[in-house]
Amino acid sequence: MTAFGRTILAVVAPLLLIAAVAVAFLAADPLRPLTGSAPPVEQVTVERHVLDGLGIALRIRAGGTEPMQIAQVQVDGAYWAFVQDPPGELARLSTAWLRIPYPWVVGETHKVVMVSRTGVTFDHTIDVAVATPGSNSLGLLGLVGVFVGVVPVALGMLFYPALRAGGARVFGFALALTVGLLGFLLVDTLGEALELAAEAAPGFKGGAMVWIVAALAFALLMVAGRRGGSEIGGVALATSIALGIGLHNLGEGLAIGSAFATGAAALGTFLVLGFTLHNVTEGIGIVAPLIGERPRWSVFVGLAALAGLPAVAGIWLGSYAFSPHWAALALAVGAGAILQVVVEVGGLLVRQARRQGASWAMPSAVAGVFLGVAVMYGTALLVQV
Amino acid sequence: MKSLFGLPVTRRLLLAGSALLGGAQAAGLALRGEAAQPHGAGHLAPSTPPSAPTSTAHAMHGGMMTVGEVDHARNGFDPHAILTDWDVGTVRRDADGRPCREFEIVAEDKEIEIAPGVMFPAWTYNGRVPGPTIRVTEGDRVRVRFRNRGSHAHSIHFHGIHAARMDGVPGAGDVLPGGDFVYEFDAFPFGCHLYHCHTVPVKRHIHKGLYGAFIIDPDPARHPGHEAAARSRLLGTDENKDWHEFVIVMNAFDTNFDEENEVYAANTVAHAYSKRPIAIDRTRPVRVYLVNVTEFDPINSFHLHGNFFDYYDHGTTLEPTLRTVDTVTQCQGQRGILEFSYKNHEPGLYMFHAHQSEFIELGWMSMFDVRESVA
Repeated sequence: MTAFGRTILAVVAPLLLIAAVAVAFLAADPLRPLTGSAPPVEQVTVERHVLDGLGIALRIRAGGTEPMQIAQVQVDGAYWAFVQDPPGELARLSTAWLRIPYPWVVGETHKVVMVSRTGVTFDHTIDVAVATPGSNSLGLLGLVGVFVGVVPVALGMLFYPALRAGGARVFGFALALTVGLLGFLLVDTLGEALELAAEAAPGFKGGAMVWIVAALAFALLMVAGRRGGSEIGGVALATSIALGIGLHNLGEGLAIGSAFATGAAALGTFLVLGFTLHNVTEGIGIVAPLIGERPRWSVFVGLAALAGLPAVAGIWLGSYAFSPHWAALALAVGAGAILQVVVEVGGLLVRQARRQGASWAMPSAVAGVFLGVAVMYGTALLVQV
Repeated sequence: MKSLFGLPVTRRLLLAGSALLGGAQAAGLALRGEAAQPHGAGHLAPSTPPSAPTSTAHAMHGGMMTVGEVDHARNGFDPHAILTDWDVGTVRRDADGRPCREFEIVAEDKEIEIAPGVMFPAWTYNGRVPGPTIRVTEGDRVRVRFRNRGSHAHSIHFHGIHAARMDGVPGAGDVLPGGDFVYEFDAFPFGCHLYHCHTVPVKRHIHKGLYGAFIIDPDPARHPGHEAAARSRLLGTDENKDWHEFVIVMNAFDTNFDEENEVYAANTVAHAYSKRPIAIDRTRPVRVYLVNVTEFDPINSFHLHGNFFDYYDHGTTLEPTLRTVDTVTQCQGQRGILEFSYKNHEPGLYMFHAHQSEFIELGWMSMFDVRESVA
């Protein structure tokens, strides 16, 4: 046998043994005395609800040890007619829509209880019933997205001439400010991702998924960013920042959209204005690495779109079609991307300080970081959804 | 238009919610009306006229109904059969020549379908919930051979007059799995009674399904001055044959064992008599033997639509204890007899149900289908 053949055997033999053990275990079912008479574990996660002229529709995802069946549905303590689409048993992690022709009452709370075949019940509360935005309100919602995403980033970028005029000290301060605001966004995005992961079907192991995806996104973006062999700066760094902020704004859009759709927040002018203020700082952060360069105006437009337009997509998805695990995944990628730009902007800040012969921990830099965090936190108080 | 839900639904939703129950006569009516959504209602299809109210039971519930059908054959009992299947036992002569009614009751574990698709791990007498309706005559010697083939200790505690050692409680007629016991007593007093398991923990043994109706018909010879009333109650007499007689055991099931009921019913199966109303020949008077064994809720009730009834609490009198009422409440274990007539009514579907709306909407909703005649 050749050395190659032996290597193949050394890989294949353990795999075959693993398969054999699995087959033997399934055939012998040695745990039967422990589990034989216990009913199967069942789980239902409601991923979305849609309220419209036909009543209430719930998108559910099954969990548990065996395929399960929704036998009956109660709404507000009354058994109600419903149609399951697709019908039949729900395999683990499969989804279905339950359509219930229930005359819901606008502005009031409704409680839906699903009764499984084994009599286990699963609750879903619609805190405040409002009609789910239809396709005819996409334009209006998109406008909201532009106001909370694109407009503030573009406005923030208008500080660019002032930053350029300020010289090296202002450049260092602007970078420090950017680190601060990105630090806030990192924490905020991770928190949001973990919150959504907790709402997702337990079978997805959402918490672990968020951490792993964030780490992976961070590593991949670091590798991609430095494939030239050195730290990134200038337009490349600005683009990375815009991407990270864009993914964060996607999450912000999802939160606004779903809060709007579920009636958790009245989307008032004040709230939109709050988001606009909150996100102005992001524009400053994106253009900070560009102070030493003279990019064309189209670069600024591109960066504003990259950072701001995901808010529009987020609001659309959040108001109608998102599932918590996908949203958590997107935000985890965002967290990884933001961490990457924190590292890169931090590196640039250190190099900048060294060039000036100063420590990275000089007072202006520390003040900049703190101001970045403080401004983000302060304006976040305006926009609780 | 026909909607996804199989109901004649127009695309607007009544948001005010006022016509939910009482007002909504036609199916889908609750889904019609003026929309007030902040979004999305603008260019929906205009309302189509409501479909004419049909005379089917299906049309009367709006959307408020369990979905699907219970497999009565698999359950081994049908709520419609339970209404009238009296178990009168087997008459034997004892050594001293005295007649005695003998009954066989077996306790067994059995999974039953209490609402379409919802299975409940019940404990049963003779494989059914409620257990057999035992019907004897006042003064009969009654002998019940009880075999416990269930997984836990059980007993039969009869509501009636008997000796302490026949009481079916821990220490007197409590039977271990695999064991037997014979309960023996004279049937007194006449009335509408019940029997149930009294093994501890009692709450669980009752709500798992161990109960049934126990009817003692009055012996006319013992009630001079009330012979006619007694004869009409006594099964098998010509006077009795004229009556529609039904037994209705009001029960409920806690399917997730959180000490609150998920399903309420008359004779176990949610909505059994609203999906298939009980046929009534309007010329015949109606007598309902009503028993409440609902656990966790202190009371249950019975409300009759479009009619009033006389009520005999416990059924132990031949004169009504309440006259001309349309609602009666019963505590846990309380029971009584209702008498009413549709003689002067037009045919149609007449509801009866608990008057706790919560119980109605969770399954305790029923109907009489009053007809000119019943084949």
